[in-house]
Amino acid sequence: MNKDASQDLVQYCIHVEVALRDGIADPEGQTIQQALLSLGFVEVTEVRVAKNLRLTIQAANAASALQQVEAMCERLLTNPVIEEAFIQVVDSRGEQ
Amino acid sequence: MTTVVGVVVFPGSNCEQDVVGALGEVGIEGRLVWHKDNSLGNIDAVVLPGGFAHGDYLRTGAMARFSPIMTAVTKFAHQGGPVVGICNGFQILTEAQLLPGALHKNKGLKFLCQPSSLQVKSNNSVLTRHLAVGTELQVPINHFEGNYLCSPQTLCDLQATDSIVLTYTDNPNGSTADIAGISNANGNVVGLMPHPERAAHALLGSTDGARLLKGLNSDG
Repeated sequence: MNKDASQDLVQYCIHVEVALRDGIADPEGQTIQQALLSLGFVEVTEVRVAKNLRLTIQAANAASALQQVEAMCERLLTNPVIEEAFIQVVDSRGEQ
Repeated sequence: MTTVVGVVVFPGSNCEQDVVGALGEVGIEGRLVWHKDNSLGNIDAVVLPGGFAHGDYLRTGAMARFSPIMTAVTKFAHQGGPVVGICNGFQILTEAQLLPGALHKNKGLKFLCQPSSLQVKSNNSVLTRHLAVGTELQVPINHFEGNYLCSPQTLCDLQATDSIVLTYTDNPNGSTADIAGISNANGNVVGLMPHPERAAHALLGSTDGARLLKGLNSDG
């Protein structure tokens, strides 16, 4: 008899930070830095803006979850010409 | 036979009717094709028009790349069929990897909606095949993410294959090597940020866009 595979899946919360690669100019970050400077925050030497995606996914284990998210980053979530992803498993629920 | 150009409509496209109108000015029939269609039908060329396909969510062109019609567009392009991406269409072509590089936010973070002066750098493309290298054109731009970026190697490849089609004479957005439009090595796939459909009638101040669109006419 087949065991229901979903019984073995664990829910993982994953944070994906999609950031511009080093060396790619970040006009949004530069604009924010200028605004901070004009407010007197002269200690700010650089601002880089990144997107944070929070995914909730079902996977057999953390390694598998990570692998799935890496595939998602490659396929859709990042443009490798200008961006890179930093993936972090921040929480997991449903573990026995 | 009248040349027929399929103009793909994504949810959020907003230049498709202008493209159809401008094609009409140069004797080409523009036919709207819905992004969920799986077939382009019997057409001679494809235009991916400007707009905000799929809301430009995540990145410009990122979702549009996976619209069902893109499988047919990719196949058509690989078979040598003329495919032109204008503005958001250019962004979609880079995301679909039919053209190299990426379109990043404009230097200075300004949305640019203004006339732009262009120079034809190559006539090895479906859009510029009737124009002499060095020809100057006035065609408007209208974008926030038009800053063309690519690796140094890609830039070398573009130069080596004569694939830099159009450059800005006064680079308004920070694009690498002043690039306003590029093609694949074969010249049948072209992406450009300026909007030729907005310069296709004397009433609009320039007919230089029509000179580009004429290249899609398969009769000559």
